[in-house]
Amino acid sequence: MSSDTTASAAAPAPGGLVGWLDKRFPVMSVWNDHLAQYYAPKNMGFWSFFGSLALVVLVLQIVTGLWLAMSYKPSAAEAFASVEYIMRDVNWGWLIRYMHSTGASFFFILVYLHMFRGLMWGSYKNPRELLWIIGVIIYLAMMATAFFGYLLPWGQMSYWGAQVIVNLFAAVPGVGEGLSTWVRGDYVISDTTLNRFFAFHFLLPFVIAALVFLHIVALHTVGSTNPDGIEIKKGPKGNKWSATAPADGIPFHPYYTVKDVMGLVVFAAIFSLVMFYAPEMGGLFLEAPNFQPADPLKTPEHIAPVWYFTPYYAMLRAVPPIAGSQFPGVVVMFGAILIMFLLPWLDRSPVRSMRYKGNLSRFFLASFVVSFVVLAYLGLQPASDLYTLLSQIFTVVYFAFFLLMPIYTKLEKTKPVPERVTA
Amino acid sequence: MKKFLIAGALILLPFTAGAAGGHGPALEPANIDLKDKASLQRGAKYFTHYCMGCHSLQYMRYNRMAADLGIPEDELQENLIFGDAKPGDLMTNALREEDGEQWFGTAIPDLSLVTRWREPDWVYSYLKSYYVDDSRPYGVNNSIFPDVGMPHALINLQGIQKPIYAGGHGHETGPQHVVGLELVEPGELTVEEYDNMVRDITNFLTYVGEPYQLERRSLGLYVLLFLGLMFILAYYLKKEFWKDVH
Repeated sequence: MSSDTTASAAAPAPGGLVGWLDKRFPVMSVWNDHLAQYYAPKNMGFWSFFGSLALVVLVLQIVTGLWLAMSYKPSAAEAFASVEYIMRDVNWGWLIRYMHSTGASFFFILVYLHMFRGLMWGSYKNPRELLWIIGVIIYLAMMATAFFGYLLPWGQMSYWGAQVIVNLFAAVPGVGEGLSTWVRGDYVISDTTLNRFFAFHFLLPFVIAALVFLHIVALHTVGSTNPDGIEIKKGPKGNKWSATAPADGIPFHPYYTVKDVMGLVVFAAIFSLVMFYAPEMGGLFLEAPNFQPADPLKTPEHIAPVWYFTPYYAMLRAVPPIAGSQFPGVVVMFGAILIMFLLPWLDRSPVRSMRYKGNLSRFFLASFVVSFVVLAYLGLQPASDLYTLLSQIFTVVYFAFFLLMPIYTKLEKTKPVPERVTA
Repeated sequence: MKKFLIAGALILLPFTAGAAGGHGPALEPANIDLKDKASLQRGAKYFTHYCMGCHSLQYMRYNRMAADLGIPEDELQENLIFGDAKPGDLMTNALREEDGEQWFGTAIPDLSLVTRWREPDWVYSYLKSYYVDDSRPYGVNNSIFPDVGMPHALINLQGIQKPIYAGGHGHETGPQHVVGLELVEPGELTVEEYDNMVRDITNFLTYVGEPYQLERRSLGLYVLLFLGLMFILAYYLKKEFWKDVH
C-alpha cells in the first residue's frame, strides 16, 4: 500500500522528533496503515473483541513469565520449593504467579472464542486462507508452550501429565521408544527434561509473538471481515475520513481502539474475579494434585491434563488400541488439530457468514461446539465404559463437522447476501 | 435438532458428574474462619506442640506466621519455637525422610500445602476419624484415610473410638465397611473441645497453605472497584467517539 512518500503526499511532512524519525523509519506510514488509516468494517460488534484481548494476554504472559523466571529454579530438586518461595517470600510473587496461571487458561478461552468467531463469520475463506493458517500455527505453538510450562511447577500433575503426553511419542511405530527418550532426554521425566522444557517454555512465547506479527500483517493485507462476511473493499468507496476508503469502513484508531479498551476493562474484571477469588477455579486452572511435589514413585489415582487439552485427550482415549498399539489414538488426536489447516478448502459455500449459510451449516457448527465442550468434560473424568462410548460418539461428531463440510455446504440453500454491511 | 442436541448435552452433564464423584466417605464441614486470629493462634500452638515433631511446614517462616497471626516475638520464641530455630527460619524439623520410611512405611509428608491438595474439610474429618484396629501396626486405623501409616497422635485427648460396621456383625465375608464411629473411652477433652481443637488446627493449616489469602481477597475488591470506575470512563469514551458512526 502506501510507502512513506504517499503518506507524506497526503499530509504535510511532520516536523520535530516524529519528522526526524520518519525520515529514517516509516513511523507515520506504519501508524497510518495499521491504525489511523486501517479501515475496519463498522459492524464488527461483540465477537471482534477476542483477538485484541488475546494479544493483551500474550503480553501479560510474557511479562509475568519473565518476572517468575527471576526467582524460579528449573531443577528437579528445587523447582517446587522455588514456586512456593515465589508465592510466599517474593514481594507480590503470589500475584504475579496467579496472573500467569490464570492468564494461561484465559489465553485459551480467548483463543477458542476467537476461533469460534472465525467459524461463524467464515473468516478462513478466500482470500483469508493464509491468515487462518497462521492462526492455526499460533494455536499449535500455544499448546506446545502450555505443555512445556505445565511441567515447571514440578507438582504431581505436572510430572505425570508430562509422562503421559511424552509417552504418546512412544506409540509411533518403529522409532517410538527412541523418539520419546529423545524428547525427554532421559528414560523418565527427570531434571534434564525439566531443564529443556524450561528453555522451550521461555523461547516459544517469542515465536508466538513473531507469528502474531505475521497474523496481523496478513490481516491488514486482506482486511478484517465482519458478521455479514461482506468484503467492504468491494463495496462503494468514500467515507468522511477518505475519498478512497471503503464506505462501510471506519479507521481502526480511534474507533476500535476505544472500543477494545472498553472490552479490555470488562475482561480485566472477569479475569480479576477469578484471579483474586478463585485462582484454582475449582481445580480446573490449578489442579489439586499439583500442590504435592512430583514423586516418580507415586502415580496419582487419576491423571488428567489441564482443561484446554482435554478435548484431544478424550479423543485419544476414545480410540481403541489396534494390535496393542496406541498409535491410532495418537493419529486421531493430532488429526483433530491438523484438520483445521484444511478448513478453507473444505468449505464450499458461496457465502462466508453463518448469517447467510443454511441450517445444515448451523447445525454442524452447533454440534461441533457441543462436541468440543463435552469432550473437554469427558477428558477430565476417569475412563469408564459409558464415558468411552460418549467420547467415541462426540469424536465422530467433531470430525463430521470438517469431513462432511464439502457436502453440506454444497447441499444447503443459502440466503441472499446484502450489498452493504448490516448492523 | 440443534436445540435437542444442546438440551441432550445439558441433561447428560450433571448425570455424568454424579457418576464420577462420590467415592470415599463423606467429609464433615470444618467451618473454618481465617479471620479468627484467636483460633489461628491456638491452631499454631497445637500444631507446634502436637504435630511438628514429625510434620514440617517447610515453606512457612516463623516470623511471617507471627506477624500474620498477631503473635509478639517474645511469645513466638517462648511458646512456638522449639530447638535453636531463629524467627526468620522456615518451620522445618529434624526428621529425615528415611526416619518416616522406617517408622511408618512412608515418608512423613510436609503439611505446608495439605489443605490445597486435600480440602480443609478432609483434614478436619481425618483428624476425627481414627478408630481402634488391632490389625494395624499402631493399633489404629482411619475411616477417611484407610490403612494410614500415621498413629493417632491425639488419642489421649480424643479418647478411643470403635468402628460401626455395615451389615451387622459376626460373619467376616468380604471387606468390612465402616459406616460410623463411636467413642468408647473418653479422652482428656470432651467431644466438643476436641472438635474445636481440630478445627483450630485445620484453620491454621489452611492459613499456612496460602498465607496471603485474605490479602488476595481484599486487594481484589479494590481492583474491581477501580475497574468499575474505568468501565464508566471507557464506556462513555467509546460512546462519544462512536456517535459519528452510522
